[in-house]
Amino acid sequence: MKPMLNVALPKGRLGERVYAMFEKAGFECPSIKETNRKLIFENEACGVRYFWVKPSDVAIYVARGAADIGVAGKDILLEYEPDVYELVDLHTGVCRMAVAAPKGFRYDPSRTLKVATKFSNIAKNYYASQGRDIDIIHLNGSIEIAPILGLSDVIVDIVETGITLKENDLEVIETVVPISARLIANKASFKFKNEQIEKIANSISMQVQAEANK
Amino acid sequence: MNTPAIIKQDERAIFALRSLYRSFGYSQFKMSKFEEYDLYVRNKSFLVSDHIITFTDTNGKLMALKPDVTLSIVKNSKDTPDSVQKVYYDENVYRVSAGRDAYREIMQAGLECIGAVDNYCIAEVLTLAVKSLSLISPDFVLDVSHLGILSAVLDSIPVSLGGRAALVRCVGEKNLHGIDEICISEGIDPKEADALKALVGSYGAPADVITKLEKLLDEAAQPLIKEFSEILSAIPTEHIRIDFSVVNDLGYYNGIVFGGFVRGIPQSILSGGQYDNLMKKMGRRSRAIGFALYLDLLEELEEPRNDYDVDTVLLYDGTVDLSLLTATVSELTQKNDAGVLALRSIPKKLRYRTLLKLTAKGLETADETHA
Repeated sequence: MKPMLNVALPKGRLGERVYAMFEKAGFECPSIKETNRKLIFENEACGVRYFWVKPSDVAIYVARGAADIGVAGKDILLEYEPDVYELVDLHTGVCRMAVAAPKGFRYDPSRTLKVATKFSNIAKNYYASQGRDIDIIHLNGSIEIAPILGLSDVIVDIVETGITLKENDLEVIETVVPISARLIANKASFKFKNEQIEKIANSISMQVQAEANK
Repeated sequence: MNTPAIIKQDERAIFALRSLYRSFGYSQFKMSKFEEYDLYVRNKSFLVSDHIITFTDTNGKLMALKPDVTLSIVKNSKDTPDSVQKVYYDENVYRVSAGRDAYREIMQAGLECIGAVDNYCIAEVLTLAVKSLSLISPDFVLDVSHLGILSAVLDSIPVSLGGRAALVRCVGEKNLHGIDEICISEGIDPKEADALKALVGSYGAPADVITKLEKLLDEAAQPLIKEFSEILSAIPTEHIRIDFSVVNDLGYYNGIVFGGFVRGIPQSILSGGQYDNLMKKMGRRSRAIGFALYLDLLEELEEPRNDYDVDTVLLYDGTVDLSLLTATVSELTQKNDAGVLALRSIPKKLRYRTLLKLTAKGLETADETHA
């Protein structure tokens, strides 16, 4: 019997969309659709076990081998730089990492730029690549209010529709990097469960292509 | 009952590895725990992590607890471009592991082959890497890549230096869509990177991949493929996979590089390759190849858990004659090598299989087991 393939999916709408892709790839697990509070679901016949985890934790489960593969946002991969393979861009959960500032903001190069963000590593790397001196203020939420209260000059955050920014009188001034969900794999699992992982990756990659060609 | 293992996995592995390396004529390289900090500052990107524990020596010199062994071996060995030195080591190094945020003492074993390294030396080091992994588990894989072939393919893509570094990162992540994105951002047709993507996608047994490479790559890369193929055909390849995503730092490494995986351990347990570029940077004319095994990772392998803290507890009271007590314990330990713990009272949470009581009346078996 083949060993079970452990798949970490991000809890929420993105995870549900992504599960449909796994299902199409031949790794269905009907019990996952039941409404209950269970977090682990398995289908022994298909040799697959799914579990719902917090989206920002998927990469940790995969890097540490608790999950063989998983789906994580590019933002998380850039922020935490886990040692994993990034096999497929799923072209779903699309948004962008951007720098936003109060309307009319003017960058003053003679002063240190104060940047509030949840993504300290991404912000640090982005400004380092431009040779700019910055002061990072790490926040865990409600980033948008930092410039309004004078805590920071700008923010680096995920922008999906831009509505939250607009409502707080902020606007995007630079795009740091486009973001979407990625299929990632643990490096050791890729060797020992190669056939199953390559099968899923190939099928999902074809589904993504078919969707793009529509 | 599971008896506690007297020799732990990493200790067992060290004994077996020492004897393996000795049998191929490698001699042990012992070194100090400290090294001048300067050595690591000059070669920072050679290190797995740039966090180093430093302290000031009595003469005012800034010293470091060794985060790496290879640099010390190269520094402390003679430059012998006409002959070969073969050494092995098992040492503790001190650094922050990937994905963790605290310093750890890491038991590392490995070997270095320095000097006139020829294809035999490379084949021998690969063979020893395979044999080392087989001593740890029968279920393992050694991924091998050739940085010369990768560089030849990268040279054919007209990208900036930054773009090239980003491409190498994508190769390490098996990130094919990332390669396309870099091409687009550099203003070139993603088709220019087709050979690179085919290289990244070609994971498998040496015989299959070599045939693919011969068809895929142009004339310039053929001598390198031939060399790669010759070396791989000289060693047992049952557990070897060609995988171009093994990309050690191109500034230090060249030629053949490799990484080893054991089922049950979620990350690479062995890492190595040819590091002629490091030798050049350190002003040496010799070539070099070596590898390291991270034995701290063996903890991840499932070992039978101990059901008991101790096999037998001998409970005695104040009425027992001291010489009777010592004689009884002595006798019991001779009969029972699983362990006898003599105590006046039993600590809470102690798990034992048999409880014996020694009183002035003599030895009796208590009818309770505590697990």
